[in-house]
Amino acid sequence: MLTKLTGGRIYDPAHQIDGKIMDIYIRDGRIVERPRADEAIDTEYDIRGKVVMAGAIDMHTHIGGGKVNIARTMLPEDHRGDPVAHNEVCRSGCGHAVPSTLTTGYRYAEMGYTAGFEPALLPVNARQSHLEMADTPIIDKGGYAMIGSDDYFLRMLAAKKDQNAINDYVAWILQASQCIGLKVVNPGGISAFKFNQRWLDVDEQHVHYQITPREILKTLSRAVYELGIAKPLHVHGNNLGVPGNVGTTLKTMDTVEGYPLHLTHIQFHSYGAEGDRKFSSGAAAIAEALNKNKNISADVGQILFGQTVTASGDNMRQFANAGLGSPRKSVIMDIECDAGCGIVPFKYKDENFVNALQWAIGLEIFLLSEDPWRIFLTTDHPNGAPFTTYPHLIRLLMDKNFRNEAFASLNLDAQAMSTLTSIDREYSLYEIAIMTRAGAAKLVGLHDRGHLGIGGAADITVYTDDPDREKMFTTPDYVFKDGELVVRNGKVVKVTWGATHVTRPEFDRSIEKDLKQYFDKYHTMNMENFKVNENEIADGGRGKIIVQEAKGRREKTV
Amino acid sequence: MENFAQAATIDGVACPACGLLCDDLKIQRDEAGVLNVVEKKCAKSVAFFERPYREKSPQINGQPAKLEEAIAEAISLFKHAQHPLISGLSTDIYGMRAVMNLAETSNATIDHMNSKSSMRNLYVLQNSGWQITTLTEVRNRVDLLVVVGTDIVSYFSRFFERLIWNQESMFGQDTATREVVYLGGRDLDTSAGISPNGTKPTVLPCDKEKLPEVTAALRALISGKKLVASEVGGIAVSDLQKLADRLHAAKYSVLAWISSSLDISHAELTIQNITGTVEKLNQTTRSSGLPLSGNDGDVGSYNASSWISGYPFRSSYRRDYPDYDPYHYNTDSLLAEQEVDAMIWVNSYNPARLPPESDVPTVVIGHPAMQFKQQPAVFIPIAIPGLDSNGVQFRSDSSVALPLKQVRAASFPTLTEVLSAIEAGVKA
Repeated sequence: MLTKLTGGRIYDPAHQIDGKIMDIYIRDGRIVERPRADEAIDTEYDIRGKVVMAGAIDMHTHIGGGKVNIARTMLPEDHRGDPVAHNEVCRSGCGHAVPSTLTTGYRYAEMGYTAGFEPALLPVNARQSHLEMADTPIIDKGGYAMIGSDDYFLRMLAAKKDQNAINDYVAWILQASQCIGLKVVNPGGISAFKFNQRWLDVDEQHVHYQITPREILKTLSRAVYELGIAKPLHVHGNNLGVPGNVGTTLKTMDTVEGYPLHLTHIQFHSYGAEGDRKFSSGAAAIAEALNKNKNISADVGQILFGQTVTASGDNMRQFANAGLGSPRKSVIMDIECDAGCGIVPFKYKDENFVNALQWAIGLEIFLLSEDPWRIFLTTDHPNGAPFTTYPHLIRLLMDKNFRNEAFASLNLDAQAMSTLTSIDREYSLYEIAIMTRAGAAKLVGLHDRGHLGIGGAADITVYTDDPDREKMFTTPDYVFKDGELVVRNGKVVKVTWGATHVTRPEFDRSIEKDLKQYFDKYHTMNMENFKVNENEIADGGRGKIIVQEAKGRREKTV
Repeated sequence: MENFAQAATIDGVACPACGLLCDDLKIQRDEAGVLNVVEKKCAKSVAFFERPYREKSPQINGQPAKLEEAIAEAISLFKHAQHPLISGLSTDIYGMRAVMNLAETSNATIDHMNSKSSMRNLYVLQNSGWQITTLTEVRNRVDLLVVVGTDIVSYFSRFFERLIWNQESMFGQDTATREVVYLGGRDLDTSAGISPNGTKPTVLPCDKEKLPEVTAALRALISGKKLVASEVGGIAVSDLQKLADRLHAAKYSVLAWISSSLDISHAELTIQNITGTVEKLNQTTRSSGLPLSGNDGDVGSYNASSWISGYPFRSSYRRDYPDYDPYHYNTDSLLAEQEVDAMIWVNSYNPARLPPESDVPTVVIGHPAMQFKQQPAVFIPIAIPGLDSNGVQFRSDSSVALPLKQVRAASFPTLTEVLSAIEAGVKA
């Protein structure tokens, strides 16, 4: 089966192609060389004048696992506002803030996304996360295993185990939880909260283990690097949402001493404490630091106005914020000496000073960050807004007038505290393609995705160029997933099931001796059952695992 | 592929007979496939694993039938039904996926056999939320356990052995010094609450019906309010005040309840009083709720239903999209008011859980050892997850899902196979 996409305008930043008219050939799910003249084209799509990009990749989206499903279960009132009926192709479900798994897959595909990564997969809850992701159609998926407040790791650190032992444990965790990256949430803080500690800054000590977030971040960022994992350590820093936390965030950048580090939903960590209300934008300082430190990347976690729900592993901060929830209800959990979670429904309002300024801070960070390869487009779905708002966010970035009009309707005190209208920058299609495709694939380590080169997976999105970028990115003309047409005119026409991307650095298997003792002594589950088997993901023939390369143990210095 | 004709000893087997889902079982299998639980610690697990395997054929109106015939009969019942119901739902996650598919295809309503008790918790979750913990945290951290309205052990027999009187805990605590308080209920078996060093638990008995006011009084005292009354529900307020003081002083108290044991009016308010107490305590110290459930796969069932449709059970596909109405879509009232005209009753784990008696034509798909008082229209025996087939089950605390292993040879179809065949027939 040979398919030809004829005459599209190609944006493929991985190959420095910026709007060049080219043909693309697809065979067996892959992009292939121009065939010989005597080879018959089975299907041809005339896409002259259309914009062509690789399928988009959401490198941070809460789509599967315990806290997401608690959010679903506790919000029937939100689902009722967005019922999704079945049709000949798709099953039914519900949408808005935390869509059902089926609807999640369909809606991502309908926006031209072909992959999404669950960024806070608790190893102890990995099986559930993978079950939910397995029920998320069309898109590829993967997870970042969340450690850093798990007692096994904290005990290792307190006992001053050497870096090699830590590396073995990290690699074991990735294998056991079938993940592609490593995440830390409020380093040490989730555990500290269980000891009734309510606050933890980068250089403060955990009351029980007497170790600091700095030590955790340094050790884990080094482990990720030394194991040759492509995805830099994914960090949700300490003090999320706290006015003045910009200082914490700048210090966090320092902790890794040059090792690669990704700061996630950095908007929530970029707050000053200036002005009458002791809340101000730290965006300029954050962007300056990002521009300077080439080892640091970030995604924004933009907030957009409306009802959503915040679901986080950070039970310490979510507990503190529970009173701000709307509707006023929350779930806070300590989980299995492994992690925790907190779910707080939230309604962001443009007339609210803090919310309006959060909105402006996120956009300031986008626009002041110079390198689109190191800044990523996210709303921290669903924490800042549901992922279905991405086309709106893209328009805010690409259209200065649209942005300034939106700004003009904000809370006036917030307007007075933001420099947003003084920024003229408008993102180009090429830069959007970097942020949402090439850069994201490079960051996560998806070697065959996010680009349109020969041999790449044929995950391709075709748009009609439209000055209304929101309209353009809402309704792609065509989306191909592994070479199959899955979306036409913004509607799913075929349901496929994506793969799960993992990485598997080698490790010393003898560490299981100590782990097994730990499980037997302290846990309520058997170590063997903690591990998610590859067959469980492939179960029923619908899922499959793609192992992305880890480079193997590197030299121990940067 | 494992050879089930060979004798073997299997370690780390998870037991789905209750929501604790203990996975430290060792099972011996002889060449004939007879199973033996080594170190019998719990009667439920022994009954589950050691019940002899018996071939059983499907039945139509009590008469043996071929599987295809039974499925064809089920198809014709479901295909022509105006409002079919799929209830019971005692199954694992794989089975639930098939339930959801069939429910959508046949415009059916779904409900679980334990929904009456599950909803008590789900109403609280959806109304106010809660602050709770999980089994391993309890095992390593609890210093004061308050058990509300139950002895726990009649539902979860290994609770104290595994989570309270474990010899070692992670943070240097002498577990024998853990304190246990039973609040409410009468004639409870509190022997499991006696610590290994002989310390007896505090027992504050009251009629279960008084728990709404007793828990409200405790919540008020925890909040620093003074009560004029000297006793509430037969418990001296001074005793409740002592309990409140101990809760304030504890570093990691755990308040446990079992919603199925709270078979009283205002059970939801009782649970909300418990979770409100926990919320208040966390202003200064750490405290967590511990809702215990998970029997008959109920926790897995509402989880899978929630991710697939957005709603737990007591929801319906009568429209073209999922619709949640926990008051309306409840098996007992749907049957009593004859709102449904066909029912599938799914029951994988405990053969004693029969469908409610009714005139509605019923297809039972379940445990081969089920014995009926009222013969269903169709009975299809299926493989039991964790015994005759692989599966995945959720534990009581909802944070852990464990693999269930096939441990013996079996010739029964899985629930997924049966429901998928019915779905294909309904669609055709």
